[in-house]
Amino acid sequence: MYVAVKGGETAIAHSLDLIADKRRGDRDVAELSLEQIDQQLGLAVDRVMTEGSCYDRALAALAVKQARGDLVEAIFLLRAYRTTLPRFGDSVPIDTTSMVVERRISGTFKDVPGGQVLGPTYDYTHRLLDFSLAASGARPHAPTAPVDSAQALPRVGDILERDGLLEPPPPGKSEGETAEDLTRQPLALPASRPLRLQNLARGDEGFLLALGYSTQRGYGNNHPFVGEIRFGSVPVSFVPEELGFAIEIADIDVTECDMVNQFAGSHDVPPQFTRGYGLAFGHAERKAIAMALVDRALRAQELSESADSPAQDEEFVLAHSDNVEASGFVQHLKLPHYVDFQSELVTVRALREEVEKRNRRAALDQAAE
Amino acid sequence: MPDSNIQEGAYNYAYLDEQTKRMIRRAILKAVAVPGYQVPFGGREMPLPYGWGTGGIQVTAAIIGQDDTLKVIDQGADDTTNAVSIRRFFAKVADVATTTSTEEATIIQTRHRVPETPLREGQILVFQVPIPEPLRMLEPRETETRTLHALSEYGVMQVSLYESIARHGRIAKTYNYPVMVNGRYIMSPSPIPKFDNPKLDRSPALQLYGAGREKRIYAVPPYTPVKSLDFDDHPFEVESWTECCALCGSRESFLDEMIVDDAGKRMFICSDTDWCERRR
Repeated sequence: MYVAVKGGETAIAHSLDLIADKRRGDRDVAELSLEQIDQQLGLAVDRVMTEGSCYDRALAALAVKQARGDLVEAIFLLRAYRTTLPRFGDSVPIDTTSMVVERRISGTFKDVPGGQVLGPTYDYTHRLLDFSLAASGARPHAPTAPVDSAQALPRVGDILERDGLLEPPPPGKSEGETAEDLTRQPLALPASRPLRLQNLARGDEGFLLALGYSTQRGYGNNHPFVGEIRFGSVPVSFVPEELGFAIEIADIDVTECDMVNQFAGSHDVPPQFTRGYGLAFGHAERKAIAMALVDRALRAQELSESADSPAQDEEFVLAHSDNVEASGFVQHLKLPHYVDFQSELVTVRALREEVEKRNRRAALDQAAE
Repeated sequence: MPDSNIQEGAYNYAYLDEQTKRMIRRAILKAVAVPGYQVPFGGREMPLPYGWGTGGIQVTAAIIGQDDTLKVIDQGADDTTNAVSIRRFFAKVADVATTTSTEEATIIQTRHRVPETPLREGQILVFQVPIPEPLRMLEPRETETRTLHALSEYGVMQVSLYESIARHGRIAKTYNYPVMVNGRYIMSPSPIPKFDNPKLDRSPALQLYGAGREKRIYAVPPYTPVKSLDFDDHPFEVESWTECCALCGSRESFLDEMIVDDAGKRMFICSDTDWCERRR
C-alpha cells in the first residue's frame, strides 16, 4: 500500500526518458534542426526571445525544440539559462530612428516621411489554408526593393511632438543613472515607468492582449491610434569601461509601437495627445501594440485620469503578467498537498459532526414537544 | 543562423553565482535580525518551476557548503517526487551529502511539514513558501499589507478569525495558520498543518523561509517566541486522530489518510517517513 508514495526516484528517471522519447516522436520522421526552427518557426523564436528576455535565436530555437513547441515552457528554459549569465553592463539605448525597416506603417497619417512600408505581414492574407504548403518543394523568392540603410527614418510621433501636439516621451532614467533591472531586484510598487516597461516587455503576450483589448471595450479606454509601428533591425552599442566610447556589438530585430492616445489638457494647459509604448524582440506586432495599450492604461494616475479598470491597476497588472511565474504557481497544484488536505478533512469532519449532533438534538426536542 | 552560444555550460557551485548568493545571504541576515519581517530579495529564475520550491532552493543554495548534510522532505516524506527531485538537484550541483535522517541533517528543506523529531541547535530548517504574506487573502495589495505590517495593524486578521468562530463555532483555519513572531510581526508559517505550529515556538533550530515567485525571505531565529493566534475563550488547538499509525502505531504524529479499496476503506500512516521508519 505504502508503495504508492515510494519509488519516486525511479519514476522520475523513467518520466524523463519518456518525455525525451516523446519529444523525438516517430523515428521515421526527420528530426527538426535548430536552423529549421529559427528559419521556419521564426515568430515562435521571436516570442521566446522577447518573453525570455534574451536575444539569442539559437538558444531560443533550442528551447522551442526542447519544449516540443510549448512556448511558455520554452520561455522558462531560456529564462533559467539567462539568469546564470554574467552581466557586463547596460548598452547604450537603441535608437529606432536608425532602424533598417522591413515594415513601417502609421495609422494616423496617409503618408509620412519615408513612406508607409507594408513589408511582410499577415494583415492582408486571406486566412485560407494553403494546401500547397502541405507538400515540400521549391518556393520562389519574393521580389525586393533596394533598401537605403543609411537613411534615418523619423518617427511619426517625433514630428507630432515637435508641433507640441504630442507629449514628449515620459521621463525614463536620467543621464548617467544606471537602469533598474527587474531581473536583479524585486519589483517595488509603485514602479518607475522603465521598470513597468521591462515587466510588460517580458509579460505574457496573451495576458497583455486581453488587457489591451479590455481597454478598447471600455474598461479604461484611452482612445488609441497607432502613431506608428515599425519592424526592422537596429544596432546595439556598448561602452566598455576601458575604451570610454561606444562600439557596436550586434544588430537585433525589434518591433516598436508608438501609440498616440487621448489628449490631456485643461483651460490653461493646451491639450496634447499622450503616448503609450511597446517594444518586442523580433517581429511581434500583436505584442507591441498590446503592450503600448497597457503602458498607456497604467499611466492613468500620472495623467490624473480615474483608474478603476483592471488594465489601469498597476499592482494587478505587474504582479500577474509574468507567464513563467503564473504557469508555475497554477501548475504547482499538481504537487502533493495531502498534508494540508488531511488537516482540512479532520476539521470538516469535526464540523459536520457538530452540525449533525445539533440537528439530531433539535429533532429529538421537537419530537418530545 | 546567427552565432550560437550553445555550449556545455559549467554552472557555479550550488548553481547560483557568488554575487547572487551574497545578495541572498544579506537578505537572510536582515531577516534573522528582524524576526518575521518579509525581506524583499532579487529572486532568480531557477531551473525548477515557481511553486516547486524555488524560494527554499535559493535559500538552501545560498547557505549550503560541502560539509553540510542535506535532507529534503515534501509532505513530511523523503521519497515524494518533488523532494527526490530537489535532493537530486543539490547532490548534483552542490556535491553535498544527503540523508533522510532528521538527526543527521544540518540543513532540512521542507514543504508543508516540520519533522516530528525535535530539532537541535545548529540545524537549519528551510521552508518553501508559496504566499509569504499572511494577510494576502484578506488584502490582496502588497502596497496595503506592507503598511499594515509597519503599523502592526492586525485587526483585519483578528476579525477574520472571529468571523470563522461566528460561522463555524471554532477557528476553522487548518494549515498556514497565522502566527505572531516575537510579539511583533504576524507571519505565515507556510502551508504546514497547524499541528506543526507549536514546533516553531522557541525552536533551537534556525528557521528560514524562502518565497521565490514573490521574492521574499523571512526568518525565525533560534529560541524566538512564535505564538499561534487565538482568543482567550477559543484557545489554539491542533488536529488529532482517533486512529494510530498503521505502520508504527504512533499516536503523537501527524497522520496521512489513504484510501485503500473501492469501498473507501481508510488507512492512516505517519506523514513523517523518517520518524515512522525509526519507530518500526
